[in-house]
Amino acid sequence: MLGRKIARHGLILVATALLGGFLSAAMVRLAPGFDTDEAALDPHLNSQSIQALRQARTEQHNIFRFYLHSLQLAMHGDLGTSISLKQPVSTLLQDRFPLTLRLVSLGLLMGWAAVMVLVFTTALLRVTAYDLLATFMTGLLICVPAAVLALLSVLWNIPGALAIALIIFPRDYRYAHNLVNKAYSLPHIVTARAKGLSELRILFWHVVPSAGPQLLALAGVSVSLAIAAAIPVEALCGLAGIGQLAWQAALARDLPLLMNITILVTLVTLLANSSADVIGYVWRGQQA
Amino acid sequence: MSFWRRVACAVLLLVLAISLAANWLAPAGYAKQDREAAGAPPSHAHWLGTDEIGRDRFARVLYGTRISLFLAPAAALISTLLAALVGGLAGYLGGTWARAAMTVIDLFLSLPWLFLLITVRALLPLNVSPAFSVLVTFLILGLLGWTAAARVLCATGSSLRNADFVWQARASGIRGTRLFWIHVLPNMKPVLYAQFWISIPAFILSEANLGILGLGVAEPLPSWGSLLKELEGLVSVGEEPWKFVPLVLLVVVVTSFQLVLSKQDEVAA
Amino acid sequence: MMRFGKPIAVAAFCLAALTGGALAQGQLRFCLRSEPKTFDPLKVEDDASMAIRYLTGGVLVRLNRQTQAVEPGLATSWKISKDSRQITFKLHSGVSFSDGTPFSAEDVAYTVQQLMDPALHSATGDTFRSGTGKPETKITSPTEISITFPAPVAGLDRQFDQVAILSAHSPKKEMAVLGPFMVADYKPGAAVLLKRNPNYWKTDEQGRKLPYLDSIQLDIQPNRDVEMLRFKRNEIDLINTLDSEYFDKLASGSQNVAHDAGPSLDSEQMWFNEVAKAPIPEYKKKWFRSATFRRAISQAINRNDLTRVVFRGHAQPAVGPVSPANKFWFNSKLKPEVCSPDAALKALQKEGFHLENGTLKDMQGNEVVFSIITNSGNKYREHMATMIQEDLQKIGIHVNVVTLDFPSLLERMTQTSDYEAILLGLTNTGLDPNEVMNVWLSSSENHQWNPSEKTPETPWEAEVDNLMRAQASAADPKKRKESFDRVQEIAVEQAPFIYLVNRNALSAISANVQNASPVILVPQTYWNAERLLLK
Repeated sequence: MLGRKIARHGLILVATALLGGFLSAAMVRLAPGFDTDEAALDPHLNSQSIQALRQARTEQHNIFRFYLHSLQLAMHGDLGTSISLKQPVSTLLQDRFPLTLRLVSLGLLMGWAAVMVLVFTTALLRVTAYDLLATFMTGLLICVPAAVLALLSVLWNIPGALAIALIIFPRDYRYAHNLVNKAYSLPHIVTARAKGLSELRILFWHVVPSAGPQLLALAGVSVSLAIAAAIPVEALCGLAGIGQLAWQAALARDLPLLMNITILVTLVTLLANSSADVIGYVWRGQQA
Repeated sequence: MSFWRRVACAVLLLVLAISLAANWLAPAGYAKQDREAAGAPPSHAHWLGTDEIGRDRFARVLYGTRISLFLAPAAALISTLLAALVGGLAGYLGGTWARAAMTVIDLFLSLPWLFLLITVRALLPLNVSPAFSVLVTFLILGLLGWTAAARVLCATGSSLRNADFVWQARASGIRGTRLFWIHVLPNMKPVLYAQFWISIPAFILSEANLGILGLGVAEPLPSWGSLLKELEGLVSVGEEPWKFVPLVLLVVVVTSFQLVLSKQDEVAA
Repeated sequence: MMRFGKPIAVAAFCLAALTGGALAQGQLRFCLRSEPKTFDPLKVEDDASMAIRYLTGGVLVRLNRQTQAVEPGLATSWKISKDSRQITFKLHSGVSFSDGTPFSAEDVAYTVQQLMDPALHSATGDTFRSGTGKPETKITSPTEISITFPAPVAGLDRQFDQVAILSAHSPKKEMAVLGPFMVADYKPGAAVLLKRNPNYWKTDEQGRKLPYLDSIQLDIQPNRDVEMLRFKRNEIDLINTLDSEYFDKLASGSQNVAHDAGPSLDSEQMWFNEVAKAPIPEYKKKWFRSATFRRAISQAINRNDLTRVVFRGHAQPAVGPVSPANKFWFNSKLKPEVCSPDAALKALQKEGFHLENGTLKDMQGNEVVFSIITNSGNKYREHMATMIQEDLQKIGIHVNVVTLDFPSLLERMTQTSDYEAILLGLTNTGLDPNEVMNVWLSSSENHQWNPSEKTPETPWEAEVDNLMRAQASAADPKKRKESFDRVQEIAVEQAPFIYLVNRNALSAISANVQNASPVILVPQTYWNAERLLLK
């Protein structure tokens, strides 16, 4: 049963990633500014050169043909060449992916550590002032623009991963806090308290397992949030990661690069969410 | 009603009242450029100083409050309802519905929506009224901002599908939409409230970023998002702390919203 | 003392011999605003790649950015034929590329052939392409070469300032260079490291080998706030183009690090869409194609306020297409536009416009409403557009300011013509009017207000076409100036571009950097990189 579920998830994952790649390619292709090149504004260029610049993207005009051709090349390990950076896409992704992976992983770890500490202490202490302080602190962080947090990390020499943690922490905290509080209102928790179980035991043996599948889903979703947060952080902190690359590619309407980045991001998102689903499924199974 | 909820309600009403009284509190308006006093610090004439082209910042905060305070919660409501409909319902129905919904949600989370927004701008006429542009912006934000919560609601719906009280309700003959709306959906409130609360500042900030694409609030209309963008000039903002006022106001409003919504968060005694 | 004198002298001699008498002086650090797209000097089209080409490329002649005079480079002397079609260079002997490959006239011939390859579509190559056909190169000796072009090329010698010579034989191809520095390391997205070229041929007046610096670190940093932060923290030594607000902050400090070299060659301008087939209402096309309308708009704009408020006094109201900083080519007879909303309104009323309840309407009763688009992310342009919005409101014109991402703006401007007015800037890297030929020729794609006209649609555009062609083919600088002066007069009379401001060339240079002398020509701060020193 579990094996079948994992296999089905794997198939959906691959198909969804490919669909995501196609949809992103279509969006880029159809968006205004696709066929333009800033270099065409150079007054030194004559009309033949400008026409040549415009012709450079002819092979990408038919999105279906372009996508199929890209898939064929991808099967041989060739992900195409970036139009804006004039380098192989595979090289660009290989060079930059480890940094983003490190950044996002650390950011998620730190963010979730903060979320769990704050959620559990709020649940255990049940002090209004503490809850208010947590609400205010998360409210403050969620109101600060991500770009400002990234700039502050440069100003104060804080690692970029911490900036990402500060971006995802307030969002995840609010969901997690509400889910845990909801779990506290379940009948079996009232029973546990009545039976004299300690608060720690109630929290970790009864509340967290009840809220577990939803917390896992939240953890899966926060991977996407962290990847999105990586874009301004990398761009402003001068970190050569996928986020910075994605932003440059978007500005330049770099179709080969954007398509591959989307496939990569979709795969990571799907992996994270699918893992959360599978673990949640197992968890619910054990709970039943 | 708890003390803090009453305080929060009062704060929100006060902010609302002040923004509606902008015409009297800042009669010069948000667009007038006092070019002799561009970038000026707070003074008797300009309580929060002026921006880089001499517009009164206090007036811009007041008028910007109207736009952000009305439209951001409206967009947040749209995204919350969509999250409930797509995620919550799919999770509750389970099986293929849940799988299909989760696949769609995961795709939504991965796609570069930037290009859809650029296309939307291209489809709008250049001479669209600022009011229309603002409405379209917040509508789009509402329509795109539901995915994260939907995923969590899907998991919540899946958990609730087999909850005891749901079985009891089924045994009593309650089925279909009534079961979902009356019994299941209220138990999703914690996530829905969280989604609503998070969306308000997220949309206010996103609206400012959409200015890059030609969407968002058009000049000379102010918004909290555009005022908060001034904070990105970090080198100068440390010496000009009055630029933090929109941030303080936003934090106060967001915290107040959370306190107002906090009834569901109270831990069972 | 005498006992140790001889060994010390020998040691000093050996040290001098080893270092070639060089004055090794540390690492200069500054930022590039974008990722360099290429290290091939012939394919350079972006600012970052241009910076690297400037620092690594060896050129036959160099335009001295300070004196604006052409000076010998790899060429010791040169001669231009009377018809400006042929140039003969005499080259330095005993020069090698950075990898040791010898330099000779063959490399110059190779470079010219590569540059003028029509398949390359190089912007640098196109500046030489005044007629059809390929240039001919004739090598008369290893240190002498003649290059003959199919048609006259105005300012022929100056154009070679942009042509970095490639090696015809080196296995390292474009990475073998003749300039003071060479690319040592490149971390995509992060930084480019340039190291001293050990085979650089130039010495200073004392016979010491150049460059003085050991290396240059170029960090890739698009954000100006972060760049400024890093400068204040002494993580970088200079900022090549500094924002006005940061200039004032630095200038108020104790050290003399902020520099204002005066008006640059760059201008900010707006123009109206005059394309006949543009998808905008016919009545609006009629307004935009009226020179009176355009001049009235120009008159209503307060340029003094723009320079004072947006650029904090670090700009000047623009007079015409050429900045006063371009001393030779600027038409000094032109006077700045005086802001006069009343005069603007009167002029519009003569055209049939009238005010009704504070709103300007045309003869048919259409309200005068139009949009100005500009690129987002450029706060100067956003502010200027908002100020113009208020200026025009005073004469009853309602303006909608729309900021777009650059590719979308570019598409409207160059392909769909779906815009009403645009506010953008023109960056001039050179002084010669030939460099902007494609802006003024009516048949050109870069004839922004009405590109690619089959035939000139107005008599004045026909006159401009003739004048530009005349100055391009004239050898006498005085005759060229006469023609181009007239072009400037027409530009002001007809106002196809409404010139707004000429920004000042602002830069920041750390007190640790010696021999720096910021100028207005690009690159403003490191134009003499080979002679910069660090304390």
